[in-house]
Amino acid sequence: MSMHPLLQRIQQTFSVGITGLTEWRGDVAVTVSRDKLHEVAQFLHDDPGMDFDYIVHVSSVDWPDDEERFEVVWEFYSIRKRQRIRLKTRVPESDCVVDSLTDLWKGADFMEREVFDMMGIRFRNHPDLRRILMPDDYTEGYPLRKDFPLRGKGWRDTFEFLDEVPK
Amino acid sequence: MAFEDQRTTVYKIHPEHPESETLPTLRTEELLLNMGPQHPSTHGVLKVILELEGERLVKSTPVMGYLHRGVEKLAEDGTYHQFIPHTDRLDYVCAMYNNFAYCRAVEKLLNLQVPERAEYLRTIVAEVQRIIGHQFWLSAQALDIGAMTVFFYCFRDREILLDWFDELCGARLTTSWYRIGGIERDLTPSLIDKLKQFLDYFPPKIDEYQVFLEKNRIWLGRTKGVAVISAEDAVNFGLSGPVLRGSGVDYDLRKYEPYSAYPKCEFSVPVGKNGDTYDRYWIRVMELYESVKIIRQCLEQMQDGPIMADAPSVTLPPKERVFTNLESMIQQFKLFSQGFDAPPGEIYCGTEAHKGELGFYIVSTGGGKPYRLKIRAPSFIHMGAFDHMARGYMISDACTIFGTYDVVMGECDR
Repeated sequence: MSMHPLLQRIQQTFSVGITGLTEWRGDVAVTVSRDKLHEVAQFLHDDPGMDFDYIVHVSSVDWPDDEERFEVVWEFYSIRKRQRIRLKTRVPESDCVVDSLTDLWKGADFMEREVFDMMGIRFRNHPDLRRILMPDDYTEGYPLRKDFPLRGKGWRDTFEFLDEVPK
Repeated sequence: MAFEDQRTTVYKIHPEHPESETLPTLRTEELLLNMGPQHPSTHGVLKVILELEGERLVKSTPVMGYLHRGVEKLAEDGTYHQFIPHTDRLDYVCAMYNNFAYCRAVEKLLNLQVPERAEYLRTIVAEVQRIIGHQFWLSAQALDIGAMTVFFYCFRDREILLDWFDELCGARLTTSWYRIGGIERDLTPSLIDKLKQFLDYFPPKIDEYQVFLEKNRIWLGRTKGVAVISAEDAVNFGLSGPVLRGSGVDYDLRKYEPYSAYPKCEFSVPVGKNGDTYDRYWIRVMELYESVKIIRQCLEQMQDGPIMADAPSVTLPPKERVFTNLESMIQQFKLFSQGFDAPPGEIYCGTEAHKGELGFYIVSTGGGKPYRLKIRAPSFIHMGAFDHMARGYMISDACTIFGTYDVVMGECDR
């Protein structure tokens, strides 16, 4: 099976830093190493053949068993070329920082803040990296991590529950 | 000497005067105003911290999350079928379209083909939902700006469609009518008759809504040239739906990544010019006419056929069989409690809901539950452009801008 032309183009342009090129169910995805992230994103944004001017979403996936625990996912669309691409990178838990892409897509501002809020990944050069959905003074962790319990934690753990219903 | 000093103080009061730092000046400061979280025009619980210079907005900082319920976390704990009712509660005024977008995403993950009749029915109900959504938006926006009558007219007609939903699936708002691989039940002849009646009744009513607004000087003054965003900025911010099309960007997934029965229908996508609130209003009203057109075409073209995909390992058995047949009951039970075995992989599937592009990004590692489910909610992304669009306008325009996004906090905070 031949490779998607977008992926071919990316492979030709970048000799190092591309760690994965996949196409599944029509979705095209590129995995890059963390230090090459901004460079590849700039290429996707500026190159006339790519022309990804529209940011769709920023997301993150937690893989607790992997050495590089978190995966950050950006999805872009090109309004003129009508093509989609997904850009992914991995970060280890010990150094949870990736470059912010807010300088290329302004819409990434709130989306990256949400990723920070939910998964605890920091974005370098983000203009205003604060929690967005959880309260500013929330200290119980990052809710979408796999080690965060579904029923939440924090204040509720201090409740004194009765063992049995008194008669 | 003392007399002269007093005089210079008066003359050198201007802050840009070179000696102004040494002289007393009039004190000016920006006023911080909390708008919300309980304010009728914030469409739910949203707070915006407004920095004001007089009555002008200098900076506005949305504070969100008051309605955060952790829907994405809940998704990881339930099976794919169990998540459908959760999607109702995202954008609770347009539940059908959320169901639709979610089911489409799961079908893309499973590579499942939906039968043709189901596709038509899905399109019909989705467009009915779009009409409801736009009616709701128009009434709320007009009410925010102070035109109260439109609200009553829109809600009068919206009620007809909500009753129609009630007859279709037993619920008015939280519908859960879509199923993975098809739909829950077919339209009855009575429902088809009622819908046809509505299609004849409705277009003159859209003209009626416009009578109140399009020559109303207050409406024009408060929408024309308010909250202008250029096409480049709108694209850069990731806006979608009528908000993006208002700036002249022709982007509608129904046309450009056609799905369901949309490619078989003829309809146009209205696109604005100026990127102001009025253009976005105009687009939504025009979309009402287009939705009527789409529903009419679907009703004409629709043929009899199955309404659920033939994939028993994934789709739910018909309800009458569940109540009469033991195997079907076991299958239904297993599909809900354990789920089906989804292939490992990841997909993103965007759907043009009436607010904008509603997308689901699903990561599967196999098994019955999604490993990660991310919702691309248009309301949330539109709020990201709030500061940019509000800057320089009057404080009363803040309400207009909430309205023009058609923001629903259930979807924004998830």
